[in-house]
Amino acid sequence: MYLNIIKFGEALLESRNLFAEAAWLTLKLTAVSIFIAIFIGLFFALMKISKIKVLEWIANFYIFIVRGTPLIVQIFVFYYGLTEIAMISGFWSATLGLAFHNGAYIAEIFRGSIQSIGKGQTEAGRSLGMNRYQTMKRIILPQAFRRALPPLGNQFIIGLKDSSLAAFIGLTEIFGAATTMGANTFDYMTWLLVSAVYYLILVFLLTLVVSFIEKKMAASD
Amino acid sequence: MSEDREMIRVEKLNKSFGNLHVLKDIDFTVKESEVVVLIGASGSGKSTLLRCLNFLELKNGGSIIIEGKESDPKKDNLNEVRQKVGMVFQHFNLFPHKTVLENVIEAPTQVKKIKKAQAIKEAKELLAKVGLGDKADDYPSRLSGGQKQRVAIARALAMKPDIMLFDEPTSALDPELVGEVLATMKELAKEGMTMIVVTHEMGFAREVADKVVYMHDGRIVETGEPNQLFDNPQEQRTQEFLSSIL
Repeated sequence: MYLNIIKFGEALLESRNLFAEAAWLTLKLTAVSIFIAIFIGLFFALMKISKIKVLEWIANFYIFIVRGTPLIVQIFVFYYGLTEIAMISGFWSATLGLAFHNGAYIAEIFRGSIQSIGKGQTEAGRSLGMNRYQTMKRIILPQAFRRALPPLGNQFIIGLKDSSLAAFIGLTEIFGAATTMGANTFDYMTWLLVSAVYYLILVFLLTLVVSFIEKKMAASD
Repeated sequence: MSEDREMIRVEKLNKSFGNLHVLKDIDFTVKESEVVVLIGASGSGKSTLLRCLNFLELKNGGSIIIEGKESDPKKDNLNEVRQKVGMVFQHFNLFPHKTVLENVIEAPTQVKKIKKAQAIKEAKELLAKVGLGDKADDYPSRLSGGQKQRVAIARALAMKPDIMLFDEPTSALDPELVGEVLATMKELAKEGMTMIVVTHEMGFAREVADKVVYMHDGRIVETGEPNQLFDNPQEQRTQEFLSSIL
């Protein structure tokens, strides 16, 4: 199927309302799931470095499950599983599925960055009479978070693109909108390319946000 | 200030890292306002001894009595003991994400819950005292090694400790920056601070120390006043060590 530029431009223009709404849904899915995933990630990262064997095992098991199974399976398990137990919407099944998934990768990012902060920082905090919690919260985590930002930014981008899988449980986010339009017009190529344009824009904006935060946090360099 | 008050008493202190027996039956005492310098080859256990005194390393045996109170890491709140014992590290360990002023007020505001305005006022006085009054708003990455170490000293002093431990405070410094840190330490000693210093600066030891302790292979080999220990060491090991470095 060859691509007609004019037809593509028209499609892009005509569908702007539909895709604006779809892009908004993609953004919500991404933002809420990443927000939750950051807390999940931090929680499991701290479990992994806690030196308490049981907690380490639980964290390792969680990461093992997430890394070992496809995201689409996880989303469907959340969808069928959660809608069975609780009256939960497709949006929340997808959001929680994505959060569960990204949380594991973010846990590994945080663990690595926390462990990369020199032991001397902990010792300095403790030698001043700060307890473990204060030292972690005030001394280690702010530095670790800064070091985690570049890989976190990457993970956010992956999360944004992975949110396209929510289309398979019936959400009309960007990819869902594209496949629906494709099915209606029998012209999948045009609409998939339209969706690609929206993803490019969103990823670009996300990159800007991350590098803005990176620059702000670089004040102490 | 009673000159003879015991600040630290260590009895039969033992410490091992796995199979490595690092401290062997260490006994020693430090009185109020005394400056004790620990010397010895690297690996002799002097840094470990220092780190045991504020419980960054936990002893395997013996007792550590600080200001008359024996501390048991299992029962006691070590954070309280540590507030009385300030520590200055070889590699400064300033908090790089905080400004100089924030470094100094961190522990007073977080641990002692002192009001921020008060903590800032005290921090500025301390920074002025170590000659860095104009650096309060800089980040550590902007400072020279000597300046960093003086901030680290101010940060430890901000907790108003009774005892200060210095773990090779000048070993990571360029030679021309050693003097400014030693000068700050001398001033502190003059004010009557109780200090234990691990150092290779024999000039400082001779000039400032009340007592010099020579350690070898996890044991205290010889203790004495600087003139006596440097000029007339009794033990052969001490003589060998001193002739190798002087």
